[in-house]
Amino acid sequence: MIMPLPPDPGELPARGRLGAWLARRVDTWARTARHPLFWVGAREMAGVSIGLTAWAFMTSVAMVKSGMSITESVLMSLLVFAGSAQLAAIPLIAADAPLWVVLAAAFCVNLRFVVFSLHLRPYFMHLPRFKRLYLGYFTGDVTYVLFTRRFPRPPETEGQRRAQGSYLWGGNVTNWVFWQSLSMLGIFLGAALPSRWGLEFAGTLALLAVACSMVTTRLRALSAITAAAAAVVLFGLPYRLNIVAAIAVAVAISLYAEPRPPAAGDDAGARDA
Amino acid sequence: MHELDGWTLLAILGMTAISVITRGFFFISEREWTLPEWAQRGLQYAPIAALTAVIAPDILLTEGVVGAVLRDARTWARWRRPVSTSGVGAAVT
Repeated sequence: MIMPLPPDPGELPARGRLGAWLARRVDTWARTARHPLFWVGAREMAGVSIGLTAWAFMTSVAMVKSGMSITESVLMSLLVFAGSAQLAAIPLIAADAPLWVVLAAAFCVNLRFVVFSLHLRPYFMHLPRFKRLYLGYFTGDVTYVLFTRRFPRPPETEGQRRAQGSYLWGGNVTNWVFWQSLSMLGIFLGAALPSRWGLEFAGTLALLAVACSMVTTRLRALSAITAAAAAVVLFGLPYRLNIVAAIAVAVAISLYAEPRPPAAGDDAGARDA
Repeated sequence: MHELDGWTLLAILGMTAISVITRGFFFISEREWTLPEWAQRGLQYAPIAALTAVIAPDILLTEGVVGAVLRDARTWARWRRPVSTSGVGAAVT
Protein backbone atom coordinates (compact mmCIF):
# COMPACT_ATOMS: atom_id res chain seq x y z
CA MET A 1 0.00 0.00 0.00
CA ILE A 2 2.04 2.90 -1.31
CA MET A 3 0.49 6.29 -0.65
CA PRO A 4 0.47 8.64 -3.66
CA LEU A 5 2.81 11.56 -3.13
CA PRO A 6 1.43 15.12 -3.05
CA PRO A 7 1.56 17.12 -6.31
CA ASP A 8 4.63 18.95 -7.52
CA PRO A 9 5.72 21.36 -4.73
CA GLY A 10 6.09 24.24 -7.20
CA GLU A 11 2.32 24.59 -7.53
CA LEU A 12 1.63 24.73 -3.80
CA PRO A 13 1.53 27.64 -1.33
CA ALA A 14 4.34 27.77 1.26
CA ARG A 15 2.54 25.66 3.85
CA GLY A 16 1.77 23.01 1.26
CA ARG A 17 5.38 22.96 0.13
CA LEU A 18 6.52 22.22 3.68
CA GLY A 19 3.98 19.42 3.93
CA ALA A 20 5.04 17.95 0.60
CA TRP A 21 8.69 18.14 1.58
CA LEU A 22 7.95 16.41 4.91
CA ALA A 23 5.91 13.72 3.16
CA ARG A 24 8.80 13.01 0.80
CA ARG A 25 11.26 12.90 3.70
CA VAL A 26 9.08 10.47 5.66
CA ASP A 27 8.64 8.36 2.53
CA THR A 28 12.41 8.20 2.01
CA TRP A 29 13.06 7.32 5.64
CA ALA A 30 10.39 4.63 5.57
CA ARG A 31 11.90 3.15 2.42
CA THR A 32 15.34 3.09 4.05
CA ALA A 33 13.98 1.54 7.25
CA ARG A 34 12.05 -1.15 5.34
CA HIS A 35 15.20 -2.34 3.56
CA PRO A 36 16.37 -5.64 5.10
CA LEU A 37 19.95 -4.35 5.29
CA PHE A 38 18.81 -1.48 7.53
CA TRP A 39 18.08 -4.05 10.23
CA VAL A 40 21.26 -6.00 9.52
CA GLY A 41 23.21 -2.79 10.06
CA ALA A 42 21.19 -1.98 13.16
CA ARG A 43 21.74 -5.45 14.64
CA GLU A 44 25.48 -5.49 13.97
CA MET A 45 25.84 -2.03 15.47
CA ALA A 46 23.76 -2.97 18.52
CA GLY A 47 26.19 -5.79 19.27
CA VAL A 48 29.04 -3.32 19.59
CA SER A 49 26.94 -0.54 21.14
CA ILE A 50 26.56 -2.23 24.51
CA GLY A 51 30.20 -1.56 25.26
CA LEU A 52 30.30 1.84 23.56
CA THR A 53 27.40 3.13 25.64
CA ALA A 54 29.55 2.74 28.73
CA TRP A 55 31.97 5.07 26.99
CA ALA A 56 29.16 7.55 26.25
CA PHE A 57 28.09 7.33 29.87
CA MET A 58 31.58 8.07 31.16
CA THR A 59 32.11 10.90 28.67
CA SER A 60 28.99 12.55 30.06
CA VAL A 61 29.97 11.91 33.66
CA ALA A 62 33.32 13.51 32.82
CA MET A 63 31.57 16.60 31.37
CA VAL A 64 29.39 17.10 34.45
CA LYS A 65 32.24 16.35 36.86
CA SER A 66 34.49 18.88 35.11
CA GLY A 67 32.06 21.64 36.12
CA MET A 68 30.01 22.03 32.93
CA SER A 69 26.33 22.74 33.56
CA ILE A 70 23.63 20.26 32.58
CA THR A 71 22.54 22.54 29.70
CA GLU A 72 26.10 22.78 28.40
CA SER A 73 26.66 19.03 28.71
CA VAL A 74 23.39 18.16 26.92
CA LEU A 75 24.19 20.64 24.13
CA MET A 76 27.72 19.31 23.75
CA SER A 77 26.58 15.69 23.59
CA LEU A 78 23.79 16.37 21.08
CA LEU A 79 25.78 18.73 18.83
CA VAL A 80 29.41 17.62 18.97
CA PHE A 81 28.58 13.87 19.03
CA ALA A 82 32.23 12.79 19.18
CA GLY A 83 33.23 11.01 22.38
CA SER A 84 36.98 11.11 22.02
CA ALA A 85 37.05 14.78 20.94
CA GLN A 86 34.80 15.63 23.90
CA LEU A 87 37.03 13.69 26.29
CA ALA A 88 40.06 15.54 24.93
CA ALA A 89 38.37 18.96 25.16
CA ILE A 90 36.75 18.60 28.60
CA PRO A 91 39.88 19.15 30.69
CA LEU A 92 40.91 22.04 28.40
CA ILE A 93 37.51 23.73 28.80
CA ALA A 94 37.63 23.20 32.55
CA ALA A 95 41.09 24.80 32.63
CA ASP A 96 39.85 27.83 30.62
CA ALA A 97 42.35 27.07 27.85
CA PRO A 98 42.24 29.41 24.82
CA LEU A 99 39.47 28.57 22.36
CA TRP A 100 41.89 27.72 19.56
CA VAL A 101 43.63 25.15 21.79
CA VAL A 102 40.30 23.44 22.55
CA LEU A 103 39.41 23.40 18.85
CA ALA A 104 42.91 22.27 17.81
CA ALA A 105 42.72 19.36 20.26
CA ALA A 106 39.26 18.37 18.99
CA PHE A 107 40.47 18.61 15.40
CA CYS A 108 43.52 16.44 16.00
CA VAL A 109 41.53 13.75 17.78
CA ASN A 110 39.04 13.89 14.89
CA LEU A 111 41.72 13.72 12.18
CA ARG A 112 41.01 10.02 11.76
CA PHE A 113 37.59 11.04 10.41
CA VAL A 114 39.36 12.96 7.62
CA VAL A 115 40.99 9.68 6.62
CA PHE A 116 37.63 7.89 6.86
CA SER A 117 35.98 10.54 4.64
CA LEU A 118 38.67 10.04 2.02
CA HIS A 119 37.88 6.32 2.07
CA LEU A 120 34.11 6.92 1.97
CA ARG A 121 34.26 9.51 -0.82
CA PRO A 122 33.57 7.08 -3.71
CA TYR A 123 30.70 5.59 -1.68
CA PHE A 124 29.03 8.97 -1.05
CA MET A 125 29.72 11.08 -4.14
CA HIS A 126 26.45 10.11 -5.82
CA LEU A 127 24.62 12.13 -3.14
CA PRO A 128 24.16 15.93 -3.19
CA ARG A 129 26.66 17.86 -1.04
CA PHE A 130 24.33 18.57 1.88
CA LYS A 131 23.35 14.91 2.15
CA ARG A 132 26.98 13.83 1.97
CA LEU A 133 27.90 16.09 4.87
CA TYR A 134 24.78 15.08 6.79
CA LEU A 135 25.47 11.37 6.34
CA GLY A 136 29.15 11.90 7.11
CA TYR A 137 28.34 13.71 10.36
CA PHE A 138 26.28 10.76 11.60
CA THR A 139 28.89 8.17 10.58
CA GLY A 140 31.06 7.44 13.61
CA ASP A 141 34.11 5.23 14.03
CA VAL A 142 32.35 1.93 14.48
CA THR A 143 29.65 2.41 11.83
CA TYR A 144 32.41 3.37 9.38
CA VAL A 145 34.38 0.24 10.25
CA LEU A 146 31.36 -2.07 10.02
CA PHE A 147 30.25 -0.41 6.76
CA THR A 148 33.57 -0.70 4.95
CA ARG A 149 34.01 -4.24 6.28
CA ARG A 150 30.68 -5.30 4.78
CA PHE A 151 31.06 -3.30 1.55
CA PRO A 152 34.70 -3.42 0.35
CA ARG A 153 33.67 -1.69 -2.90
CA PRO A 154 31.69 1.48 -3.65
CA PRO A 155 28.19 0.99 -5.10
CA GLU A 156 27.78 0.78 -8.87
CA THR A 157 24.05 0.22 -9.37
CA GLU A 158 21.04 1.98 -7.89
CA GLY A 159 20.18 -1.20 -5.94
CA GLN A 160 23.65 -1.30 -4.39
CA ARG A 161 23.38 2.37 -3.45
CA ARG A 162 20.06 1.71 -1.73
CA ALA A 163 21.44 -1.37 0.06
CA GLN A 164 24.59 0.39 1.27
CA GLY A 165 22.71 3.50 2.36
CA SER A 166 20.19 1.42 4.28
CA TYR A 167 22.89 -0.61 6.03
CA LEU A 168 24.82 2.53 6.98
CA TRP A 169 21.72 4.33 8.29
CA GLY A 170 20.73 1.23 10.27
CA GLY A 171 24.07 1.37 12.04
CA ASN A 172 24.06 5.15 12.40
CA VAL A 173 20.57 5.38 13.90
CA THR A 174 21.34 2.56 16.35
CA ASN A 175 24.63 4.15 17.30
CA TRP A 176 23.03 7.58 17.78
CA VAL A 177 20.15 6.29 19.91
CA PHE A 178 22.39 4.15 22.14
CA TRP A 179 25.02 6.88 22.44
CA GLN A 180 22.68 9.77 23.21
CA SER A 181 20.45 7.77 25.60
CA LEU A 182 23.35 6.68 27.77
CA SER A 183 24.92 10.08 27.39
CA MET A 184 21.81 11.77 28.82
CA LEU A 185 21.66 9.19 31.60
CA GLY A 186 25.30 9.95 32.39
CA ILE A 187 24.67 13.69 32.50
CA PHE A 188 21.70 13.44 34.85
CA LEU A 189 23.14 10.73 37.09
CA GLY A 190 26.69 12.06 36.84
CA ALA A 191 26.61 14.25 39.90
CA ALA A 192 25.44 11.33 42.07
CA LEU A 193 28.15 8.85 41.03
CA PRO A 194 31.60 8.30 42.47
CA SER A 195 33.98 9.88 40.00
CA ARG A 196 35.96 6.78 39.18
CA TRP A 197 34.31 3.46 38.46
CA GLY A 198 36.51 2.68 35.48
CA LEU A 199 33.42 2.41 33.27
CA GLU A 200 35.12 4.00 30.26
CA PHE A 201 37.26 0.88 30.05
CA ALA A 202 34.21 -1.04 28.79
CA GLY A 203 34.20 1.28 25.76
CA THR A 204 37.89 0.59 25.23
CA LEU A 205 37.25 -3.16 25.34
CA ALA A 206 34.42 -2.78 22.79
CA LEU A 207 36.79 -0.96 20.43
CA LEU A 208 39.39 -3.67 21.04
CA ALA A 209 36.90 -6.33 19.91
CA VAL A 210 36.19 -4.36 16.72
CA ALA A 211 39.91 -3.94 16.08
CA CYS A 212 40.51 -7.69 16.49
CA SER A 213 37.78 -8.47 13.96
CA MET A 214 39.57 -6.23 11.44
CA VAL A 215 42.82 -8.16 11.56
CA THR A 216 42.13 -10.11 8.39
CA THR A 217 45.59 -9.93 6.86
CA ARG A 218 49.12 -10.05 8.22
CA LEU A 219 49.78 -6.50 7.07
CA ARG A 220 46.76 -5.24 8.99
CA ALA A 221 48.07 -7.00 12.09
CA LEU A 222 51.38 -5.23 11.49
CA SER A 223 49.49 -1.93 11.15
CA ALA A 224 47.67 -2.55 14.44
CA ILE A 225 50.81 -3.48 16.38
CA THR A 226 52.82 -0.58 14.93
CA ALA A 227 50.04 1.91 15.69
CA ALA A 228 49.64 0.63 19.25
CA ALA A 229 53.38 0.82 19.90
CA ALA A 230 53.71 4.28 18.34
CA ALA A 231 50.68 5.64 20.24
CA VAL A 232 52.17 4.45 23.54
CA VAL A 233 55.70 5.67 22.79
CA LEU A 234 54.43 9.10 21.60
CA PHE A 235 51.90 9.40 24.43
CA GLY A 236 53.71 12.52 25.67
CA LEU A 237 52.71 14.57 22.60
CA PRO A 238 50.16 17.33 23.31
CA TYR A 239 46.52 17.34 22.13
CA ARG A 240 46.59 13.57 21.60
CA LEU A 241 48.70 14.09 18.49
CA ASN A 242 50.13 10.64 19.29
CA ILE A 243 47.04 9.14 17.62
CA VAL A 244 47.61 10.99 14.34
CA ALA A 245 51.33 10.27 14.41
CA ALA A 246 50.70 6.59 15.14
CA ILE A 247 48.32 6.28 12.17
CA ALA A 248 50.89 7.87 9.86
CA VAL A 249 53.70 5.62 11.11
CA ALA A 250 51.57 2.45 10.93
CA VAL A 251 50.33 3.15 7.39
CA ALA A 252 53.84 4.02 6.18
CA ILE A 253 55.37 0.88 7.66
CA SER A 254 52.57 -1.36 6.34
CA LEU A 255 52.98 0.11 2.84
CA TYR A 256 56.72 -0.40 3.05
CA ALA A 257 56.23 -4.02 4.18
CA GLU A 258 53.87 -4.86 1.30
CA PRO A 259 55.19 -7.52 -1.07
CA ARG A 260 56.44 -6.02 -4.34
CA PRO A 261 55.70 -5.73 -7.21
CA PRO A 262 51.90 -5.66 -6.88
CA ALA A 263 50.09 -7.94 -9.32
CA ALA A 264 48.57 -6.27 -12.39
CA GLY A 265 44.95 -5.19 -11.93
CA ASP A 266 45.24 -5.39 -8.15
CA ASP A 267 43.71 -2.58 -6.16
CA ALA A 268 42.92 -1.67 -2.56
CA GLY A 269 39.40 -3.03 -2.74
CA ALA A 270 40.49 -6.46 -3.92
CA ARG A 271 42.54 -6.99 -0.80
CA ASP A 272 39.74 -6.21 1.58
CA ALA A 273 38.42 -9.37 3.11
CA MET B 1 23.02 23.67 37.08
CA HIS B 2 21.43 25.20 33.98
CA GLU B 3 23.57 28.25 33.28
CA LEU B 4 25.05 28.57 29.80
CA ASP B 5 28.41 30.26 29.63
CA GLY B 6 28.98 32.19 26.38
CA TRP B 7 32.57 31.00 26.05
CA THR B 8 31.62 27.36 26.58
CA LEU B 9 28.79 27.73 24.05
CA LEU B 10 31.31 29.06 21.55
CA ALA B 11 33.59 26.09 22.21
CA ILE B 12 30.65 23.69 21.76
CA LEU B 13 29.62 25.31 18.46
CA GLY B 14 33.22 25.31 17.25
CA MET B 15 33.58 21.62 18.10
CA THR B 16 30.31 20.89 16.29
CA ALA B 17 31.72 22.57 13.19
CA ILE B 18 34.87 20.46 13.57
CA SER B 19 32.78 17.27 13.80
CA VAL B 20 31.01 18.19 10.55
CA ILE B 21 34.18 19.33 8.77
CA THR B 22 36.40 16.39 9.73
CA ARG B 23 33.75 13.75 9.05
CA GLY B 24 32.90 15.29 5.70
CA PHE B 25 36.34 16.64 4.80
CA PHE B 26 36.62 14.95 1.42
CA PHE B 27 32.91 15.25 0.63
CA ILE B 28 32.95 19.04 0.41
CA SER B 29 34.53 19.41 -3.02
CA GLU B 30 32.92 17.87 -6.07
CA ARG B 31 35.99 18.24 -8.23
CA GLU B 32 36.91 14.94 -9.81
CA TRP B 33 40.31 13.68 -8.76
CA THR B 34 41.81 10.35 -8.01
CA LEU B 35 43.96 9.47 -5.09
CA PRO B 36 47.55 8.39 -5.77
CA GLU B 37 47.78 4.62 -5.99
CA TRP B 38 49.94 4.26 -2.85
CA ALA B 39 47.42 6.26 -0.84
CA GLN B 40 44.59 4.01 -1.99
CA ARG B 41 46.54 1.00 -0.77
CA GLY B 42 47.45 2.81 2.44
CA LEU B 43 43.81 3.47 3.29
CA GLN B 44 43.16 -0.13 4.19
CA TYR B 45 45.67 0.09 7.02
CA ALA B 46 44.41 3.41 8.45
CA PRO B 47 41.19 2.43 10.28
CA ILE B 48 42.72 -0.36 12.32
CA ALA B 49 45.71 1.85 13.06
CA ALA B 50 43.38 4.60 14.33
CA LEU B 51 41.44 2.21 16.56
CA THR B 52 44.49 0.61 18.11
CA ALA B 53 46.16 4.01 18.51
CA VAL B 54 43.15 5.25 20.51
CA ILE B 55 42.85 2.20 22.74
CA ALA B 56 46.48 1.14 23.20
CA PRO B 57 47.42 3.97 25.60
CA ASP B 58 44.19 3.31 27.53
CA ILE B 59 44.94 -0.37 27.91
CA LEU B 60 48.70 -0.13 28.40
CA LEU B 61 49.20 3.15 30.26
CA THR B 62 46.11 4.90 31.63
CA GLU B 63 44.25 1.84 32.86
CA GLY B 64 47.57 0.70 34.15
CA VAL B 65 47.96 -2.88 32.95
CA VAL B 66 51.56 -2.04 32.06
CA GLY B 67 51.66 1.29 33.88
CA ALA B 68 50.57 -0.22 37.19
CA VAL B 69 53.03 -3.07 36.84
CA LEU B 70 55.84 -0.58 36.20
CA ARG B 71 54.73 1.65 39.07
CA ASP B 72 54.28 -1.28 41.42
CA ALA B 73 57.29 -1.48 43.72
CA ARG B 74 56.83 -5.25 44.03
CA THR B 75 57.74 -5.68 40.33
CA TRP B 76 61.15 -4.26 40.99
CA ALA B 77 61.49 -5.75 44.47
CA ARG B 78 60.94 -9.24 43.11
CA TRP B 79 63.97 -8.90 40.85
CA ARG B 80 66.17 -7.72 43.67
CA ARG B 81 64.97 -10.34 46.16
CA PRO B 82 67.50 -13.04 47.06
CA VAL B 83 66.91 -16.42 45.44
CA SER B 84 66.02 -18.10 48.73
CA THR B 85 62.88 -16.01 49.35
CA SER B 86 61.65 -15.66 45.77
CA GLY B 87 59.59 -18.83 46.13
CA VAL B 88 57.83 -17.36 49.18
CA GLY B 89 57.15 -14.13 47.31
CA ALA B 90 55.63 -15.98 44.39
CA ALA B 91 53.45 -18.03 46.75
CA VAL B 92 52.16 -14.88 48.47
CA THR B 93 51.33 -13.13 45.23
